Amino acid sequence: MARTAAKTKAPRKAAERGENDAPPVADDLLLDFYGGMLLVRRFEEKVGQMYGMGLIGGFCHLYIGQEAVVVGMEAAIGPDDAVIASYRCHGHALVRGVEPKAVMAELTGRADGVSKGKGGSMHIFDPERGFYGGHGIVGAQVPLGAGIAFAQKYRKENNITLTFFGEGAANQGQVYETFNMASLWKLPVVFVVENNRYAMGTAVARAKAGTELCHRGEAFGIPGVRVDGMDVEKVYAATLEAAAHARSGEGPILVEMQTYRYRGHSMSDPAKYRTRDEVQKIRTERDPIDHLRETIARRGAADDDRLRQIDRDVKSRVAEAAEFAQISPEPDLSELLTDITVETAA
Amino acid sequence: MPIEIIMPQLSPTMEAGTLARWLVKEGDDVASGDILAEIETDKATMEVEAVDEGRVGRILVAEGTDNVPVNRAIALLLEDGEDASALEGIGDETPAPAAGSPAAEPSPGAKRAAPEDGADDSRVRASPLARSMARQTGLELVTLTGSGPRGRIVKRDIEAALASGAAPATAHAPHPVAATPEPRPPVAGFVEVRVSNMRRVIAERLQEAKRTIPHFYLTVDCELDRLLAMRKDLNDRGEDYKLSVNDFVIRALALALGKTPDANAQWAGDTIRRFATVDISVAVAVEGGLVTPIVRHADAKGLATISREMKDLAARAREGKLAPEEYRGGGFSLSNLGMYGVRQFDAVINPPQAGILAVGAGEQRPVVKDGALHVATVMSCTLSCDHRVIDGAIGARLLTAFKGYIEDPLAMLL
Amino acid sequence: MAGITVREALRDAMAEEMRRDGDVLLIGEEVAQYQGAYKVSQGLLDEFGEWRVIDTPITEHGFAGLSIGLAMAGLKPITEFMTFNFAMQAIDQIVNSAGKTLYMSGGKVRCPIVFRGPNGAAARVAAQHSQDYASWYGHVPGLKVIAPFSAEDAKGLLKAAIRDPNPVIFLENEILYGQTFDLPDDDDLVLPIGKAKIEREGRDVTIVAYSIMVAKALQAAETLADEGIDAEVVNLRTIRPMDTATVIESLGRTGRLVCVEEGWAFSGIGAELAAVAMEEGFDLLDAPVRRVTAVDAPLPYAANLEDAALPRAERIAAAARDVCYVKT
Repeated sequence: MARTAAKTKAPRKAAERGENDAPPVADDLLLDFYGGMLLVRRFEEKVGQMYGMGLIGGFCHLYIGQEAVVVGMEAAIGPDDAVIASYRCHGHALVRGVEPKAVMAELTGRADGVSKGKGGSMHIFDPERGFYGGHGIVGAQVPLGAGIAFAQKYRKENNITLTFFGEGAANQGQVYETFNMASLWKLPVVFVVENNRYAMGTAVARAKAGTELCHRGEAFGIPGVRVDGMDVEKVYAATLEAAAHARSGEGPILVEMQTYRYRGHSMSDPAKYRTRDEVQKIRTERDPIDHLRETIARRGAADDDRLRQIDRDVKSRVAEAAEFAQISPEPDLSELLTDITVETAA
Repeated sequence: MPIEIIMPQLSPTMEAGTLARWLVKEGDDVASGDILAEIETDKATMEVEAVDEGRVGRILVAEGTDNVPVNRAIALLLEDGEDASALEGIGDETPAPAAGSPAAEPSPGAKRAAPEDGADDSRVRASPLARSMARQTGLELVTLTGSGPRGRIVKRDIEAALASGAAPATAHAPHPVAATPEPRPPVAGFVEVRVSNMRRVIAERLQEAKRTIPHFYLTVDCELDRLLAMRKDLNDRGEDYKLSVNDFVIRALALALGKTPDANAQWAGDTIRRFATVDISVAVAVEGGLVTPIVRHADAKGLATISREMKDLAARAREGKLAPEEYRGGGFSLSNLGMYGVRQFDAVINPPQAGILAVGAGEQRPVVKDGALHVATVMSCTLSCDHRVIDGAIGARLLTAFKGYIEDPLAMLL
Repeated sequence: MAGITVREALRDAMAEEMRRDGDVLLIGEEVAQYQGAYKVSQGLLDEFGEWRVIDTPITEHGFAGLSIGLAMAGLKPITEFMTFNFAMQAIDQIVNSAGKTLYMSGGKVRCPIVFRGPNGAAARVAAQHSQDYASWYGHVPGLKVIAPFSAEDAKGLLKAAIRDPNPVIFLENEILYGQTFDLPDDDDLVLPIGKAKIEREGRDVTIVAYSIMVAKALQAAETLADEGIDAEVVNLRTIRPMDTATVIESLGRTGRLVCVEEGWAFSGIGAELAAVAMEEGFDLLDAPVRRVTAVDAPLPYAANLEDAALPRAERIAAAARDVCYVKT
């Protein structure tokens, strides 16, 4: 236990070294980040627009503002690693490589949706790409993620599972039941708490005794790090370390991604709990995409033409997805009664 | 004294009917000629008209009640000046179910024991199984006393009634059903379909026919090519008619019967009844069974008239809208399954008639003429005869005459 | 044929399936070193080792969710609840994650898991440890629910449940664990899920029961036989998908139906059977369907009250006489 406790310190120190210490990443990777973050943002903006047009229904949680987290983390793991997320899952699916068309068609409830239109916004799944959803009950995906990590260890695969949850879920009991087992059995899991400051409308400080969420695994011997989730390079660097820790057989690690969501909790959020100015200030001063664009310019990683080309490509992919999601047919009525159980030969 | 409205007898074979629907409710004023209720008989749904003026005082038989015996009071009408007090003590007394004589006058029967709780006794309490057994065996539940809670008629009551030889109230034949074995209990994979009045009458009458009528059968093949050519020619001439092969068959059979009066007859026990007119009952398939509307004086009607009448009768038969006189009676029957591609079949005689012609499909077949092979459109027709009335030679003459008209259709126009 | 307890039959079923398939593992409280809180997993740790027979902390919600994650990732966990009463802590995971993910993912994410453990009343353990969950889980499309009675049921159906690619709730009974039944010597006894068994043929009344209530129903049938009432006893074996065809066929033979369950009547299995009898077998009924269930109260501790609360053979026999219209 003492050895694990020592580990708790090390990664946090690394993160606290500050942005200047983060090793610069290659130009190509910067451009990958840029394309990925822009795809998630433009996609989500289009989703918001289509929701307003009545083309998407139900609960719909947008990821705008948080793009650096999934893009930076995805870049730091491999395709055989697993990812599981909450209901705010569009971005997580897209960075795993799920086709924007299939995600958008799921949102419009169409037959070509990634879940045949039967799951909707909160239930995107693509296990072939190691993406296990898409879960609607706050915190429920956390033990599921530990189970997937258990299976990876059971099969001696040397793969890991990124288990995402929001800071709101960090108050759920099953999260700590899971921390206990994951640490006890040294499961290869990276717990990622995306702290976007508001659990629906409740600010962190109003719902949490102790707002340093990265410390919440310490009682279980789980080291924690706090990362500036608005800076994709820092996210990437921290994830490389965290993934290496989980893969090493030393057990889980908890990463707190400090981020911010620009839009409401869901589409029907009245936003009475924070001021317009607060949102505006973060948009102007801390926006992860603007920040990355500046970095690219400063380092001369690409010229404006190149960035404009990426913009155009992303826009056309998103437009194509939106178009596809509207022409794809509604699911056949027979789908109502399929996939309830796996049919077995009687 | 309130006026009793009784279950009318709407066809000669009707002994009981289903009270399908009330069109008036208690308290309504009715005038003579107003429609009071709809009764489902073995053949059709019929309307009951008021013959007196008054106010509906009490409805005695609820909508949807099956097997209401003919002549049973179904409602009470208050005359001018009477009020509801006139109903006291009436209607608690239920007339006995029809005893089997269609001519029976309405007569107050034995008072049925009132159920213990004194509730409305127009409803028979029976378990679903008892009801379904009663339907299958023809037992009428109102004749039974239930041994279950609150007088519920249960399976053992039906079994006891059957064992004691109780005649089913609706039995047409004089045979008791006491010997009927217990119905095979349905199992999954079967659906119990309720037997309609029509189905029950079909079953009873055709069973009676096969049991009591000595059938024999004669078959001829008729070449149709000339008839078909003539039909096309005639149909091309006018817009206001469209003749079917069956219209020709009706006329040919009618003319053949006119030529063979010995066959246009029926067995009447001590006598043979020979008809003065040729009235042909034509079988029409309808939802749940068949009816046989009649083309009367068919030998005296032209093809266009026959065609028009037949279309109208068939359409109304399918809607259940035939008046009783339109299907009641008839001297001889015709059944045509040619449109289903049936090549040949033997029909069951529709009692009390003595014959039925079964017509198959016209189809191209090889025929040998003068030692050479030809192709002709051939239709096989089989005559079923009641040997008590029609001997082989008479039947053969009728069929020969029929074949003559079909193969030389111009003769039909004479 | 050999005599075997239900406990041994369950153990053998798990051991045989774990030998057959390396993806099968057993996880739960006290399943390994303790050899099972009710000794059902006796010897499994020794044979399969600590990576396949896993003791969990007391953390039902957590280990239920973790087990479901194992299944989503392709393993075939057998997750033991010390009793199903404790699974209420985990019912969100069972219903929402195990039961619905296949559907929500358009068929992409499977959950081949067995949740098993004792269900219903044991003896004198009072209200919180004595509940029958058959109707709770039976309510959920996406779950299969099995409630075995005999050693044959236990072994054949548990093996089938482990092989089934769906989440299966396997409701055992503590009192039955120690009871001995004849069982054919068959290493590969696999019974079909969703098929009831007629334990006793009869002509006069159909008594449908599951789990330990089958024993009570058979006992009632003996009493009734002495009185000239010939009862047919149907052991449901599977709650969902329910073998309504066998029940309706039996009803077709007898015309009368008595449903027995250890749970409460309200929205229970008997209520479901009564509805099925009306919808699919209305014309077969010679009497209203009767239910024999626990009384509508939490289960009391006092011995006499507990006895009065649960269905007894006499109550089943009385209901059968009633529907046969036999006065007593």
